[in-house]
Amino acid sequence: MALLEVKDLQVYYGVIQALKGINFEVNEGEIVTLIGANGAGKTTTMQSIIGLIPSRGGSVIFDGKDITKTPCHKIVHLGMAQVPEGRRVFQELTVYENLLMGGFSQKDKSAIKQDIESIYERFPRLAERSSQIAGTLSGGEQQMLAMGRAMMSHPKLLLLDEPSMGLSPILVDQVFEIIKDFRKDGTTVLLVEQNAGKSLAISDRAYVLELGEIVLSGTGAELAASDEVKKAYLGG
Amino acid sequence: MKFIETLLNGLSMGSTYAMIALGYTMVYGIAKMLNFAHGDIIMVGGYMIFLSMTAVGNPVLGLAAAVIFCVVLGITIEKIAYKPLRGASPLAVLITAIGVSYLLQSSAQMIFGSAPKMVIIADLGNLEFAGLKVPVYTLVTLGCSVVIMLALNLFVKYTKIGRAMIAVSEDKGAAQLMGINVNGIITVTFAIGSALAAFAGFFMLMKSPSLTNTLGAMPGIKAFTAAVIGGIGSIPGAMVGGILIGVVEAISLTVPAIAAYTDAIEFLILIVILLVRPTGILGKKRREKV
Repeated sequence: MALLEVKDLQVYYGVIQALKGINFEVNEGEIVTLIGANGAGKTTTMQSIIGLIPSRGGSVIFDGKDITKTPCHKIVHLGMAQVPEGRRVFQELTVYENLLMGGFSQKDKSAIKQDIESIYERFPRLAERSSQIAGTLSGGEQQMLAMGRAMMSHPKLLLLDEPSMGLSPILVDQVFEIIKDFRKDGTTVLLVEQNAGKSLAISDRAYVLELGEIVLSGTGAELAASDEVKKAYLGG
Repeated sequence: MKFIETLLNGLSMGSTYAMIALGYTMVYGIAKMLNFAHGDIIMVGGYMIFLSMTAVGNPVLGLAAAVIFCVVLGITIEKIAYKPLRGASPLAVLITAIGVSYLLQSSAQMIFGSAPKMVIIADLGNLEFAGLKVPVYTLVTLGCSVVIMLALNLFVKYTKIGRAMIAVSEDKGAAQLMGINVNGIITVTFAIGSALAAFAGFFMLMKSPSLTNTLGAMPGIKAFTAAVIGGIGSIPGAMVGGILIGVVEAISLTVPAIAAYTDAIEFLILIVILLVRPTGILGKKRREKV
């Protein structure tokens, strides 16, 4: 059964229709990527699924429940997390406090401490900067923090919105390695990326979004080999 | 000696302003709105103290009744008047807040009349030592305020809800992604602000027992000034701004040549500080997010 089912999802900004009824699904254990140009509706899709912006039609089914009208904070408690575009770590809080915020939906205090320890093992840089204000971190460190923060809630489904944006090539590779690690640990991933090549390479399946509509779908390898995708997104 | 007395008086007035300013600044920081009805919560608290002093005669019970009533009132106002406007233009919210302010003042006038009520909370007398003569109420005000502000700082820094308040004030969307119920945090903020306003009303009536339906109007505006001077949205800023305004007011009132211009001087300080530091003394420049 699909962990996430998006059916005929429609989102408007005022009178402008940003999503024109898109359909896709993410099965448990998969990495699924949405690729598309600027303005295609990728971030809108991500924010609408998790309830940050309201939809005007269609439905979102997560883990067997209809969450179309569920407010964002409740969806997070159901086991979905998102690393938003631009990372959006809490600039005025320390690295440690940011991770604590990530564990907001968790009740057990000692488990939260252990989770932070394991995130520090995965990202040793964050451990070094534990008591540093997050606003002073570099872009790469902030991305690690945003990913660690999202993992604090033990999500079944993790939405990653442009995690490689603005990072140096070495860090981009590192981010994609981490995404693969997430899947290894049993987290299902829905990824939005402009870096189509790298994201298709790690994806089980992918969809191409153009002006609010899904125009292509297939396995990561199929799409990477398709002429249309090559021309539009892979630079050749 | 006289100067130390004036300074203590100023600190006590300033801490009262700070208590009110905290309500403005926290609501602004978290709900991103200017709650111009905040000063009138003080007045409602004053009438609750008046009612319970008349009925029971115990000032501590009076304070407790005022705090409880103001918290309920603050939450109710937010739910009925402000929550439906979330996402509306800031101007609509501002006008609504001014409307709520008049509603509260007029309701109080209809219920209690326009003649001042005398609320004698307790005659605590003066404390004399080392040539100083200090009214005990100034020390009570100062002591209580310091304890409350310390507690508030600890609450914000070290509790889950307090940290959630910082998160919401910085980025509402990201806070929701953490599983934080933003509406719940806004409710808590209004509750805390209203409770602090009730305390401020108590301190003001200790200082001067005359109670009318405009009790909170001028202190409200001055505390708002203090919040802006300190940097609106900043909790330590509200404390610093409040104390500054209080001390300036106390000093100015003792100098006959300028005493009549005290209010003007306070607002002049606002203008000067905003010219030099547009974000206020402790205000941070925030990167505006799209």
